[in-house]
Amino acid sequence: MTLFFQMVVPFTITAVALWGMVKRVDVYDALIQGAGEGLGVLVKIIPAMVALMTAVYMLRASGALEALGEVLAPLLTGLGVPPETVGLLLIRPVSGNAALGVGAELISTYGPDSNIGRTAAVMLGCTETTFYTVAVYFGAAGVKKTRYAIPAALCADVAAFLAAAWAVRWWFG
Amino acid sequence: MAMSVIWTGMVAVSVLYGLFAGNGAAVAAGAVEGAAAAVELCLTMAGVMCLWMGVMEVMKRSGLAESLSRLLRPVLGWLYPEFRRDRETMDAVSANVSANLLGLGNAATPLGIQAARRMARRTPGVASNSLCMLVVCNTASIQLIPTTVAGVRLGAGCATPFDILPAVWLASAVSVSVGVLAAKIMGLLWGREKG
Repeated sequence: MTLFFQMVVPFTITAVALWGMVKRVDVYDALIQGAGEGLGVLVKIIPAMVALMTAVYMLRASGALEALGEVLAPLLTGLGVPPETVGLLLIRPVSGNAALGVGAELISTYGPDSNIGRTAAVMLGCTETTFYTVAVYFGAAGVKKTRYAIPAALCADVAAFLAAAWAVRWWFG
Repeated sequence: MAMSVIWTGMVAVSVLYGLFAGNGAAVAAGAVEGAAAAVELCLTMAGVMCLWMGVMEVMKRSGLAESLSRLLRPVLGWLYPEFRRDRETMDAVSANVSANLLGLGNAATPLGIQAARRMARRTPGVASNSLCMLVVCNTASIQLIPTTVAGVRLGAGCATPFDILPAVWLASAVSVSVGVLAAKIMGLLWGREKG
């Protein structure tokens, strides 16, 4: 089972290549052309990422997230979310690596089969790094007026965190 | 404009709170580290990203992308009504959704970006309803098998790292539904696509 999940990437690539050969596509030429276009996209993303990551690193270093976490903890308890996960909740939309670090910390501290450990795992599994995604997509598309994209995405994030805590309780009883 | 407000807010809060909490030096270091880390991250992503853009081109030329999007058309046509007839955009969106479902985050991003760039061509500089929907769908994770998290649980000594799957699916479904609903409602309330 684990091997299957590890093999998803090579299997997908091979299957696409074989299908291309069956359809008499110049597979190698197509691969090179697409990869070349990828470089152009990358050049457009770098400026957006520099701006975002600078702000994210500053915010993390300032300790403001921890302070906000302490304020929010009682509210979370009322909503049925373990207050220990507040740090994860705040860092998740901003930095994927940091969130994985915080989540792994929770899972190893409280145990992978504890309520907190499971909630942290589900939270990580059902969310994405929202601000990173927004910056990358709009950066690459050259969009400046983002309209309601960010508020709508944050609605989904809040729903994900609440649903994660409730789903763990529902599934594990 | 939204990004300007968020960015300025993040930076200002960092400096003010950092000084208040005595973390001023750390904030200063963070500012420089963050910029460097951004370029590093982009370079790390570069290889995988180019690879998947190449795979997408093979899928496109062999007609695989089209078959995929025919399969997903009922759902995607409702999510992106303005692009229902735009074959190439729908092909890219379909590939993006498929990669997300398979948990291939590294593949989903370049495919989604391709779709985003095509969508932005019609409304330069402004996020149309479809583009907002695309971004919201990609910020709300829809992966079926969260391999990274399972790996972390396995590492922490869990015997059954995949036993959380039903909970992940339920939470993902709730999150995606709320995101899609929010985007649809806000799309109506926001009025014309001017910003």
